[in-house]
Amino acid sequence: MMIARAPAQLTAVASGPGGAVRVVRCTGAWTVHTAAALDRELGAIRWPEAGELLIEGAGVAQLDTAGAWLLHRTVRDLAARGCAARLDGLKPEFAALVALIAAREVPGEPPAGPAPSWLARTGRDAWALAAGGVGYLAFIGETTLALLRTLRQPRTLRWRPILHNVQTAGVEALPITGLLSFLMGIVIAYQGADQLQRFGANIYVVDLVSLAMLRELSPLLTAIIIAGRSGSAYTAQIGTMKVTEEIDALRTIGVGAQELLVLPKLLALVVVMPLLTVYTDVTGVLGGMVMAQSKLGVGFDAFVDRLDEAIQPSSYWTGLAKAPVFAMIVALVGCYRGFQVTGSAESVGTQTTMSVVQSIFLVIVTDALFSIVFLWLDL
Amino acid sequence: MNAPVPYADPVVEVRGIRTRFGAALVHEHVDLDVHAGEIFALVGGSGSGKSTLLREIILLQPPDAGSIRVFGQQVIGLDDAHALPLRRRWGVMFERGALFSSLTVAENVGMVLSEHTDLPPQLIREMAAVKIALTGLPADAGPKYPSELSGGMRKRASLARALALDPELLFLDEPTAGLDPLSATGIDDLVRGLRDGLGLTIMMVTHDLDLMWRVADRVAVLGKGTIAGVGTMAELSQSDDPLVRQYFHGPRGRAALEQAWNRR
Repeated sequence: MMIARAPAQLTAVASGPGGAVRVVRCTGAWTVHTAAALDRELGAIRWPEAGELLIEGAGVAQLDTAGAWLLHRTVRDLAARGCAARLDGLKPEFAALVALIAAREVPGEPPAGPAPSWLARTGRDAWALAAGGVGYLAFIGETTLALLRTLRQPRTLRWRPILHNVQTAGVEALPITGLLSFLMGIVIAYQGADQLQRFGANIYVVDLVSLAMLRELSPLLTAIIIAGRSGSAYTAQIGTMKVTEEIDALRTIGVGAQELLVLPKLLALVVVMPLLTVYTDVTGVLGGMVMAQSKLGVGFDAFVDRLDEAIQPSSYWTGLAKAPVFAMIVALVGCYRGFQVTGSAESVGTQTTMSVVQSIFLVIVTDALFSIVFLWLDL
Repeated sequence: MNAPVPYADPVVEVRGIRTRFGAALVHEHVDLDVHAGEIFALVGGSGSGKSTLLREIILLQPPDAGSIRVFGQQVIGLDDAHALPLRRRWGVMFERGALFSSLTVAENVGMVLSEHTDLPPQLIREMAAVKIALTGLPADAGPKYPSELSGGMRKRASLARALALDPELLFLDEPTAGLDPLSATGIDDLVRGLRDGLGLTIMMVTHDLDLMWRVADRVAVLGKGTIAGVGTMAELSQSDDPLVRQYFHGPRGRAALEQAWNRR
């Protein structure tokens, strides 16, 4: 700094009856950097209950708003207690600053209301949960209406965003989904290998891997990866557009946000997710094949031969049938959470988290429901 | 605040700045000085690189060539650790406020204080309230979130945050853009009041001719990659430079000019 700082000092001169302070001498730099110490010292002084007090400010070399606030607050608090304090000897520009602070002072912030009781909080949370459920239903309804409108006039379908979404959510997800399901196939074969070897039933590793992958794991794995990869992106994109008022702009231009933002994502995922599932079926079984050969001595030929008997077409279809449903869940939850974003950056983060958690939750719950239904249908 | 210390050198000294964005040359050769205690306005058409120059001065973006000194210290090439003492001596109000949306207005101001000082929480709350009051916001603005404020209030809140550490130098990016005339006039008064009351040096980027006539001590016109003219508004309105004339003698410039003369 350009001025060598004189350390801020506060000298209380006790001269009143009973050792009460009558004169306070302030010197040095009263700035934001010394305010913490000054605040402590001011708090430690034994202020008189009544009478007069002189605050001597001639020695103040530097004063900023923090220092001015301390001086003003001291005088004000003393006056409130019936002690007439006088601030004297400040340089004119410092006195002007204290006067400015005093003139602009506003009554202290209103005290926060009492914290709500646990009952009130529980009620409020339950209400928010119910409202969230209703919101989902309303959103599904709106999207369905938008879809029907579009189907009535197929020319209004926006192909470019659909193809773009197919590219980003599908084609670009091929490496990661393929790799993970390949690893999953390896893991399953490896886990089963020990048990099967014990019974000399090595060849049944084919049944184990292919049924687990086709019926359950590959649709589930794909949906979870897509929820983390694309669902979160949908929420963040729509949420940011909400913050920057782009959604409002769309509405004023007369373009439905549903048609432009939700339908392309939904349709693209419904197309892409089954394709990805078939792909992960293949890579998962390949992973199992590699493990079966190296750990169980089941060669590729034997594996493929056995595959014919191990799986029925129904195993394949039951897995595949789940994919479009999972796609709808991921797309709708991702988009709905995006529209729930309110004004702040933090809200984008919260909603993106909720989007991923809720879509994975719903995907797994739906998967369980599918299992029950398929059991009834004896598939 | 501090007695205005006469700087031997200007507070901000820009020399030979050159900036290029790809093929576009934004600044060819820019020189300018901002002196202590003055309100300095930087104007120019859209795309003339006003905001870019401001960003270069406040260390958000390096120029391709040239020198920028703030408080006599070279800022180009300064790393964050060495820039910190400088950054604490200036405050910046961004065009769209740039308030932290997850914090209330009072927390936005208090956050700067708690990061850079050792003030106790109670004093931080009081200081935040003082700054908020200084910028003319009502007391109930403190606990509100930025998304609950109007555009004008958001600018004032941003100004309160810029003032949190009692800077000596204040940068304002488009302080009146997007405000209604009444709020804009309020900002005029506020800017001058802050300079007079707190002894600040203020550098602002603006399009607002009324604001310049009312508060700016000196104005620099940026155009075609260089400073086309610098001086008081009265001097600039007499200038022969085509760019400056275009700026001050367009229909709007004329209206502001007439209004300024009528006020005298």
